[in-house]
Amino acid sequence: MEPFVLDTGATAWILTSAALVLLMTPGLALFYGGMVRARTVLNMMLMSFSAIAVVAVAWTVAGYSIAFGTDVGGLFGNPLDHIGLAGTDEQSLLSGSGVPFLVAAGFQMTFAIISTALISGAIADRVKLGTWMVFAAIWVLIVYAPLAHMVWGGGLLGADGPFAAIAEPIDFAGGTVVHINAGVAGLVLALVVGVRKGFGKEAMKPHNLPLVMLGAALLWFGWFGFNGGSAGTADATAGLAWVNTTVATAGAMLGWALVERIRDRHITSLGMASGVVAGLVAITPAAAALTPLTSIVLGLVAGLACALAVGLKYRFGIDDSLDVVGVHLVGGLVGTIGIGFLAADGGLLFGGGASLLLVQILVALAAMVISGVLTLAIALVLKYTMGWRVPEADERAGIDITQHAESGYDLVGALSSRRDRPASVPFHTGPFRNGTEGAEPRNPAPSPLADPSVEAESTPVTTGETR
Amino acid sequence: MKLITAIIQPHALQAVTDSLREYGVSGITVTEVAGYGRQGGHTEVYRGAEYTIDTIPKIKLEVLAEIIDEPAIIDLIVAGARTGRIGDGKVWTTEVGTLVRVRTGERGADAL
Repeated sequence: MEPFVLDTGATAWILTSAALVLLMTPGLALFYGGMVRARTVLNMMLMSFSAIAVVAVAWTVAGYSIAFGTDVGGLFGNPLDHIGLAGTDEQSLLSGSGVPFLVAAGFQMTFAIISTALISGAIADRVKLGTWMVFAAIWVLIVYAPLAHMVWGGGLLGADGPFAAIAEPIDFAGGTVVHINAGVAGLVLALVVGVRKGFGKEAMKPHNLPLVMLGAALLWFGWFGFNGGSAGTADATAGLAWVNTTVATAGAMLGWALVERIRDRHITSLGMASGVVAGLVAITPAAAALTPLTSIVLGLVAGLACALAVGLKYRFGIDDSLDVVGVHLVGGLVGTIGIGFLAADGGLLFGGGASLLLVQILVALAAMVISGVLTLAIALVLKYTMGWRVPEADERAGIDITQHAESGYDLVGALSSRRDRPASVPFHTGPFRNGTEGAEPRNPAPSPLADPSVEAESTPVTTGETR
Repeated sequence: MKLITAIIQPHALQAVTDSLREYGVSGITVTEVAGYGRQGGHTEVYRGAEYTIDTIPKIKLEVLAEIIDEPAIIDLIVAGARTGRIGDGKVWTTEVGTLVRVRTGERGADAL
């Protein structure tokens, strides 16, 4: 093992990138929260925030080790290798670029968090938060971390796996590990959990599109850390990833808008925001393999494909509420397979032959199968133990009030609120009630009948004039 | 004493309130409401899914007035809110029994 030499510039960039990627999850909370109805916005946002809580803990305890510990059969890492993120800087994932162990491990943690949170969009408005949190912990340990190991940790789907004999698979920042994985998991959960009451019949339209656009903006901003940081250091590759992340996203916005203009007659803000995410997803695996020009093409294709894909759920009767499949699975496939066509080095359209394309397709299929089977197992176990769905009446009334005892919007507070006092505090213990201080009540009882003890002090309705 | 209630287009509110204030009306109540009339609803599209929105946002304006001012106030509201197209709204009046100013206890016309 080579001795570790700290590179402060690279370390600063990875620290920054990690913070950027972590910001994506609250950004996702806004993106998703704006798309659901006003009576479920808090539950939707809580699914993202609780993913941070659960996954950060699970990752620290065992997730990192399962992803990047000593290889076990090409499938996962030894869970006991780095319990509590213990490790030396020589063991750092980015030791070659002089980034310490914990910096690299923390950076990877933020990927596990956002990947898990992405899934929640498929099961909006109807799921017990407790079941979701348990799912998040199990999923990140037995689906995300092993897949990350297979692709990035020296496992079967990476540069050391069997496919590499044909061509070395390319997943720069998580087309398979993050987006195909989360997209398939979303599809499986949507099927196991079932449709919302009234799905396809009642209006379930976004309640706050400015929130959606703010969320999309934060996701884009954070994605610069996701893709730029995946270069592992602050260099020209990071710069290429930055540029490609921007122009591919621009291309996808144009593609989505084109579909809308032709199919629906109107270009919409939700469409533009969705195009942003579609482009970001597609460029994720390809950010360092394409040129800026081919990135635009990839983004355009992703925008077209995702815009056409999001309507299919109604045809199949699958309540993938916020289009995790239509955006992340489809976008992830466009990016992962698109590399096979467009890669500057090895792409079919650039004289590289079909071997890279074949490998990219095989890796994508393998990731789909692994994610689908394992997620299905977790989802079914939880269905028959904790149960996924909130009671139907609770779902109809709105999951925020019934499950969380709060509401997202209280625009006319006077109409709806009265402070409930703890039972241990007597309602009237102040000087007014005892009559010793002679203090006037702030709000005199309107009628003496309401409380006989204030009769002597109650004044006519002209009280306000005399003050 | 009369309660004049008007349902008008949201964009007409400023013109109506300006002319009412100029006339000397000292107070109005405005509420954001939704409903449908001859104008019907409209269509919205979210990720390709079309939704028919049955109700349209409107403004409900309420003015308390003495009987003698009623015709002038109605005329001002109608003049301010009319565009000549479907959806301009309606105005109606109802009898008011008792009126009390909460702060002073004044009653009837004194409370206007």
